[in-house]
Amino acid sequence: MIPNLLAWLLRAIQFGTIIMFGSMGEILTEKSGNLNLGVPGIMYLGSFAGFASAYLYENHAENPVPFLCVVIALLCGFLASALGGLIYSFLTITLRANQNVTGLALTTFGMGMANFFGGFLLKGEVYTAAPISNAAFSAKIPFLSDHLGLFGDAVFSYGFLAYAAILLAVFLHVFLNKTRTGLNLRAVGENPATADAAGINVTKYKYLATVIGAGISGIGGLYYVLDYNNGIWATTGQVEALGWLAVALVIFTTWYPLNAIWGAYLFGMLYWLYNFLPKLIGVTNIDRTSSLWQMIPYIVTILVLVGVSLRRKRESQPPASLGLAYFREER
Amino acid sequence: MEDAIRLVGITKTFGQVRANRDISLTIRRGEILSLLGENGSGKTTLMNILSGIYFPDSGQVFVGGREVTIASPKDAFDLGIGMIHQHFKLVDVFTAAENIILGLPGERRGRLDMKAVEDKVRKICDRYGFDIEPDQKVYEMTVSQKQTLEIVKVLYRGADILILDEPTAVLTPQETEKLFAVMREMKKDGHAVVIITHKLHEVLSVSDRVSILRKGEYIGTVDTKDATELSLTEMMVGKKVTLDIERPAPENLVKRIEVKDLNVMGPEGVPVLKNVSFEAFGGEILGIAGISGCGQKELLEAVAGLTVPMAGSSITFFPPEKEDRPEQLVGRSPREIKEMGVHLSFVPEDRLGMGLVASMGMADNMMLKSYEKGSSFFVEKKNPREVAEKVKEELAVVTPSVSYPVRRLSGGNVQKVLVGREIAAAPAVLMTAYAVRGLDIGTSYQIYHLLNEQKKKGVAVIYVGEDLDVLIDLCDRILVLCAGQVTGIVDGRQATKEGIGLLMTKIAREDDGHRHLGHTEPGSENSTEGGAAHE
Repeated sequence: MIPNLLAWLLRAIQFGTIIMFGSMGEILTEKSGNLNLGVPGIMYLGSFAGFASAYLYENHAENPVPFLCVVIALLCGFLASALGGLIYSFLTITLRANQNVTGLALTTFGMGMANFFGGFLLKGEVYTAAPISNAAFSAKIPFLSDHLGLFGDAVFSYGFLAYAAILLAVFLHVFLNKTRTGLNLRAVGENPATADAAGINVTKYKYLATVIGAGISGIGGLYYVLDYNNGIWATTGQVEALGWLAVALVIFTTWYPLNAIWGAYLFGMLYWLYNFLPKLIGVTNIDRTSSLWQMIPYIVTILVLVGVSLRRKRESQPPASLGLAYFREER
Repeated sequence: MEDAIRLVGITKTFGQVRANRDISLTIRRGEILSLLGENGSGKTTLMNILSGIYFPDSGQVFVGGREVTIASPKDAFDLGIGMIHQHFKLVDVFTAAENIILGLPGERRGRLDMKAVEDKVRKICDRYGFDIEPDQKVYEMTVSQKQTLEIVKVLYRGADILILDEPTAVLTPQETEKLFAVMREMKKDGHAVVIITHKLHEVLSVSDRVSILRKGEYIGTVDTKDATELSLTEMMVGKKVTLDIERPAPENLVKRIEVKDLNVMGPEGVPVLKNVSFEAFGGEILGIAGISGCGQKELLEAVAGLTVPMAGSSITFFPPEKEDRPEQLVGRSPREIKEMGVHLSFVPEDRLGMGLVASMGMADNMMLKSYEKGSSFFVEKKNPREVAEKVKEELAVVTPSVSYPVRRLSGGNVQKVLVGREIAAAPAVLMTAYAVRGLDIGTSYQIYHLLNEQKKKGVAVIYVGEDLDVLIDLCDRILVLCAGQVTGIVDGRQATKEGIGLLMTKIAREDDGHRHLGHTEPGSENSTEGGAAHE
């Protein structure tokens, strides 16, 4: 019973970390009024660039240093996904293209790019791995994870990115709600004309939030390959499903980064429900219904959306100008 | 007195429209300047140039004697220019204090000290007697509080040149008085204050000087003490220009529409139409004049069934050949009303925004109004195509084919499609709003001709227009609206521009309580007189 529960929790927190990065990046982006539906593609870019750079470093360096694996992978993963955000920004902010269409195109683009270049790494195999980087990313916290029993297992046995995600959520919360820059950013997403009249550089804020947001989202994809998936790059398209879950999580959090912490873990629990719940209650043979179980996070999101709409609390609505392009001299 | 701002030769165009043409004027410290003009005269555009929202095509701006470039709102703040926009620039989910400090650089990096901000806001509120709580959310505020917040925002930023864009449009008379007191207080502090308005009594009561714009051009500046309502109206509307529009004598007048005690509530809970009563006759063109936003649009929409009037309102329609069986339009759906033969063609500011689908051709746009006809599952394409061909031929619409996207047609042709579609349905009542908006003279005359044709056919034409010269030359009778009330119905053949101009500002002039209700009566009496004359 207990080991099963613990395994469930561990899996849920690791799973949650992936989508927490994805949705925190998207929260930052959406706070600027940009609805970037390219999250799955961006996470694909981040996962591929992170994996590929680490893989190439591991295979070409004489003595790969684990620390450098981490730095290189993070840098490349962040930059590649930020580049995806930059493409999106240029199209929607500068050229004022439709945000939904652009986002969806970016998803397709990111998937295609990652799988195309991934083919060169796979060299005909079904999967390939970067074990040194995986070890570096998934290293547990030394001492604490071994000497505190179950508590140590439950709290200190994750790779460092799981903790970074929590810190980032807190940081984002403080940034958005307690700083002038955060206030200005929220104003841009709520009412760009007002922000503009107040002397805020709307274009700059939108660009920065979207590009950095995409970079953060991409880290989620990177964490998926190099930690959650044991450093294995394969031909399966799981990152896409995770990307959509991250978008759903943004709605679930009602755009509050702090909610992303527990929301992501809850999504993780719900997502893995099909694997652990039957074991816990002693049912076997549920394989055929696992897809149904995996729907639960989405159903919960819909319920939250319904609840939020019914309550009509102004603070938990999406940024008012979300999805709209801004043009100053429009009459 | 010291000059705060000097504008020299400012020109600004939007596409084809010249919003400002070679405007030069001066704003001084320690005085209140009124910028007076009809809607569309370029007042707001000019002030938006000062506040950095628009960038002028040419011309110079001097602030404190030094030539400056105002490329963004931030530049304007840095020069001490603060503008209070007609449409509030506030973030609804923020508190008052958050809105105030929006975009300002912090005293120091990092966390922001909301407490210090709130204290400073309270200090300003105490100085001028504003009733605003810094931690109140904007969506909980009344319209007047929002406006006060806008003023506090500008003062907090240390602006000493304040521009208020039609600040009284949304205020009650008491709130207006309070605002004027604040403005005088600011003037005493040595600030320069500009108020954009088209209400004459406000100009006379609050300002020191008046600058008048008309159709994007600078007409002149006078000292308020030397001005009278009549002299200002004349400068505002200009001299009568003879246009030579044909106006056949009305024949066979039949009562088609009778509106009685029409009241409509606006979205903000403010009445937009108050006790409007009039009649429209088949065989005549009834013009509707008024400063824009005085209820013209709402009036047409109420008749067309697009807005729901308040209880007690009555709109009676007398169908052709069945005049003895009048129909009540209030409570009917827009489609039912349309099927009875009451048609509305509205040309919005953005022509393609309402009424036409830009990327579809003429034929498909014709179909928008008749899609419910036809019995098959598939859409009936043949009839609309025939109608489109007919409209194209009769109205001389210049288009390669009826399936050519209307987006690519010139403005005049788009408007012909818009009006033509309604005419093609052989209406009994044809309502058009701003049918010649943005058109050149030749095309405008074609549209007037179309309307006259309809009039001769016995259609009751209701024409909402912006240009007084046209209204006077085209319409048989002109109904004047002011702030949602009928201030008079005059005979088009005897009307003068000054007379209508005064009626257009009549309520505004005496808008200090409930007294104005008394002035509706002569208007409605006129309307019955007008009706009686025809019968």
